[in-house]
Order: sequence, then C-alpha cells, then structure tokens
Amino acid sequence: MSNSRENILAAINANKPAPVELPEIPLFERKGDLVNVFIGALEFIGATSVKVTSLSEVDEYLESLQQAGTRLVNTIAELNGYNINAYKKANASELEALDTAFIKGRVGVAENGAIWVSESDMVNRLFPFICRKLVLVINAKDIVYNMHEAYRRIQVDEDGYGTFIAGPSKTADIEQSLVVGAHGPLELKVFIVS
Amino acid sequence: MSQPATHHNKAAAAFLKNGQRAQWHDETLWFVRAKRDKAAHQIPEWEALRNLGSQIKEHTLSNLDEYLLQFEANAKKNGIKVHWANNAAEHNQIVYEILLHHNAVNVVKSKSMLTEECGLNHYLAERKISVVDTDLGEYIVQLRNEPPSHIVLPAIHLKKEDVSNTFHKHLHTEKNNQDPVYLTRAARQVLRKKFITADAAITGVNFAVAETGGIVVCTNEGNADLGVHANKVHIACMGFEKIIPRAQDLSVFLRLLARSATGQPITTYSSHFHRPKAGQEMHIVLVNNGRTEQLGREAFRNSLKCIRCAACFNTCPVYRRSGGHSYHNSVAGPIGSILAPNLDMRKNADLPFASTLCGSCTNVCPVKINIHEQLWSWRQVLMAEGYGGSAKKASMKLMTGVLSKPAVYRLSTGMARFFMRYLPFLVNNRLNPWYKQRDMPSAPKESFKDWYKKNRNHE
Repeated sequence: MSNSRENILAAINANKPAPVELPEIPLFERKGDLVNVFIGALEFIGATSVKVTSLSEVDEYLESLQQAGTRLVNTIAELNGYNINAYKKANASELEALDTAFIKGRVGVAENGAIWVSESDMVNRLFPFICRKLVLVINAKDIVYNMHEAYRRIQVDEDGYGTFIAGPSKTADIEQSLVVGAHGPLELKVFIVS
Repeated sequence: MSQPATHHNKAAAAFLKNGQRAQWHDETLWFVRAKRDKAAHQIPEWEALRNLGSQIKEHTLSNLDEYLLQFEANAKKNGIKVHWANNAAEHNQIVYEILLHHNAVNVVKSKSMLTEECGLNHYLAERKISVVDTDLGEYIVQLRNEPPSHIVLPAIHLKKEDVSNTFHKHLHTEKNNQDPVYLTRAARQVLRKKFITADAAITGVNFAVAETGGIVVCTNEGNADLGVHANKVHIACMGFEKIIPRAQDLSVFLRLLARSATGQPITTYSSHFHRPKAGQEMHIVLVNNGRTEQLGREAFRNSLKCIRCAACFNTCPVYRRSGGHSYHNSVAGPIGSILAPNLDMRKNADLPFASTLCGSCTNVCPVKINIHEQLWSWRQVLMAEGYGGSAKKASMKLMTGVLSKPAVYRLSTGMARFFMRYLPFLVNNRLNPWYKQRDMPSAPKESFKDWYKKNRNHE
C-alpha cells in the first residue's frame, strides 16, 4: 500500500517527540572462571555439558552413536564422519527422521548458557531444530561473560540467518509444568574444548 | 466505533465465581513474578539495564521515521520485501495477497500479538486459508476457539484437565491422561506434520534492527524457526515500534526480556533473520494501526516502548484475580489497558479503571514505562470525553461538591461514621459495587479533627 507508507511516515514525523540521545552500552565486564559459570548456566537451562581437551573425545562420542545406528549429520569438518552432502539440501520431510546433529558454536555466553550458531556452520537452517538431539561444540576461548561482549564478537548479518541457542526446546504452557522437548530438540549436549 | 464488550468488572466477577480456580491463577502468576525477581536480582546492573532499555526506546521513538526508512532500505538490500499497512484491514489484505500469490492454503504461525490485534486468523479463515498457531499455549486456546489470556502464557487460565479434555476431543489422546509430558508430545507429533506440510509460515517480530535490516524472533519451543525453515514463504508481521537502532542494542533487550517474562536468563532461541534462505521468499509487514496516534499523545506515547514481556500482568493484583479474558483486548493486563483505549476509546473505556494504581507494574517494567500513571491519565481523558459512565460521573460530581465545601465535608464524614458504626448494612450492601470482594474497617468513634482538638494541648 504505497500511500500508507507516506501517510505513516508523515504522521510519525508530525507526532514524534523532541530528539533524545542514543546511549552508549557499557560492557558490564565481570572477571571469574567463565567456563564454570557457563557450565552452571547450561545445567540451569536443561542442557548437558562435557569439558574435553581435544576434538578426539568428540570423535569418540560421534563414533559410538554411529555404531549404535543413530541417524546423524555432522557439519563440523574437523571431526570424523563429516557428512553434509547427504542432507545439505534436504527438506523438512526428508529430515524428519534425523536423530542427531553436530554443529559448531561460535560464541558462548557464560551468564545465560546461550551459544551463537551461524548459518554457514549449521549448513542447513533446519538441522538445529528438526533433530531430536543437538550436539554443539565450542572452544573454551570463545566463551564470553555476557551478551554485550557476545554482540561485539559476532556479526549478526554475516550470514542470512543466525541464532543464540540456550538449551533444548521447552515449554511450560500446560499449567506451568516445565516440559523439555517442545517442537525442537529434546536434548542439547555441549562439548567445551579447552 | 464498536459496542462496549462485557465490562471488566462484570467479567472479573464471573472469573471469581470459581474461587479455587481464581486462587490458583493468582498464585501461579505470582510465582512467575517471584521467578522474575530472582532472575533480576542476579544481575548487579539490572537497574542500569532498565535505564538503557528505556533510553534506547525513547531515542528510537524520537527518530522513528528515520529508523523505519533505514530499516526498509537495509531489509530490501537483504532481499526482503517490505510492506506498509496503515491499519488492521490493510495488514490482513497484504498477508492474504502474498498467500494467494503462492497458492498457500495451509499456514503455520508462531506467536504474534499483532496478528491477534488485527484479527488475521479469522480474516484468512473466511477466505479458506487455514492458520495453525504453533506455540503450544496458542495451539491449545485455538483448539478451544478462545483467544489467548496472556501474551507470554496464552493458556494460563487453563488447568491440565482442561488441556487433557481438549486434546482428547481434537487429537484423540487418552481420556483423562493429564501428564504434561504426554500431552506436549502429542501436540509435538501433530504439529510436526503441520510444519512439514504447510505452504507458508507467519511469525511475529520481537526486534527489528535498523542498521542491519533484519529481525529477531524469540521462542522457547523452536516453533518459529521450524515453521520458517520448513517453508518457502516467510511473512513476519510487526507493529513498527519494534524497531531498534543497532544490533548491539539487542544485548540490552535480550538480557531484560526473558528474565522479566518468565525468570529465564534468555529464551531458548533468539533467532536473527536477515536474508531468506535459497529458494525462499521473505516479507515483512510494518503496521501502524493507531500507533502514530499514540505517538502523538504525549501522556501515553511511551507505552510504545513496550517489549511485550508481560511482567506487568504477572505482578498486577487485578490481572491475577480477574484473568486475561476480562480485558477483552488482544493485549490484556496493565499495558493492554493503556494500549486499548487508543484503539477504541468507547469499547475499552472500562480498562484503565481495572487497576488499583498500586504502581507495581511500573516497578517491574524492564523499559520503565510509567504504566500506573498512564492508567490514571487515561481515566482523566475518558471522563472528560464522556466515557466514564453516568454513575461514576454522578459520584465524582458529588465528591467534588463535598470536597470543595469544608462545612459539608465535616457534616458528611460525621454522618458516614455514624452509619458505618451503627447501620453498616446501609453502606455495605449489594447496591454499592465497592463492596464486591471488599470489607471496610470499622469506623472510629471520632474523627481525626475531633481527636486533634482534644489532644493538641497535651504536649
């Protein structure tokens, strides 16, 4: 509605208040053992975490799942069994049976357990949501204290899509009883690589 | 102008008839408020964040047209189609035409109070387009053909036996199985199929970033993401006040939003949509629907700072004891009572009176909206415009007469003490609405004035 655009803009211009300054946002830095704060936050939001010293420990876990016949996609090239090709362009109906997805997390936030996952790392936007179990792998050095620092580390429009993931999907819409596993993953496991 | 809906105090009286249920509602929402307090108290800079949130929003409102233009230009560069709607009818028509263009007849929708405000579901249903609300709480109320009673907890007025019965009827779950995990899994299965077989996805918008031309959608369930990523068309609908200047402003709002809403440190998903995926089309509808008018009302403009956390609902003694449906507006609670009269003064004239003016709403608001002051201001406006109702007007007039004449005031307070001490039923009876749910303290033997006359020389 082309007229509406002009009408709205004109009405805003006529009705808006006098200019107010845009504040600077401080970092609100906090010192401490970020990894432990992060682990505590993950536990609080219903995720599990494992501290590892090398990716080979994640490989072992991935192999154990493969041996058990789990249908999984691994989008992390540094791990064994990198297999995006089969699923890269798959649609929701084809991915419905996907059990586990391995994806790299870019930045972790100690205060709330959120992990930034960008489209180029997830490969297919559906992977982190349609799987039953999500495995995120993050470097300990990429953990920051709070959201202010996290937004300084990421570029929100670097990819077409990116999301902070904080725990498995959940709901409390039935009489306020927390149920883990709503529409997205029922489980989130985080490997923290130091 | 529409006809007045059921007056808030009548609807509240009906809600309170089931005393046990009302008490449960009251206590459950207070529990959510307590979780909010705990989450807020863990952040030493909480008050500084509230100030920042408020300042960023005030700044944005003072440059709103420029930020909308900046947003539009950047969103277009990102390959997003941007639409402008001056009112609810235009919004619905725009969404309909996009769906029609794609031959879409099955739509999945994540939570969007704006589409509730515009009556989109009903409008599309009339045109043979089926919309499924995929947020679990919204899905429950949709199956029951009810509106949401809370903007964050849409089914908070229901108990699990209600949900169990609704699911048994519509989804054929086991009769009387009230286990929330069982019921949630049942909905998950049904809605999975809907996500996969839909033709288009509609989402709301929590924040739109001017400098990057993208939007942020927050959910716990992952329903917005599943819907959008599984479909070829994404339509995001937003009131234009959702705009913020910079991506880093999100750091302030995302620290405030979920803590204020449910006491969570952050929602499970805070998803940033900047460009459609390959083969997908993305639309954003920017909606006015009375917002420019509210912007021009100096006393009420900062209600446009609202980030829809519903902290003011959970803390409000009136909301907790009257339920969301008694507000007959898509946004209930204290903030809804400020927004609603702007949309329709006649229909919503009762809502600013549905408050004790205790100020708790203002104290918990993460963006520092002076909610209780605005409720008071609306009462002045509504009385002046003649929407107060004749009884209220007559009693106000009488009060003004009494208070302006000291001799009449002295006489009337003396009479009131007499009646309340010796003939209380003359005041406390069914004809006086003030006594619904209330008891008066017993009246003292003498007035303060008389006591003071006797006692002032004692020191």
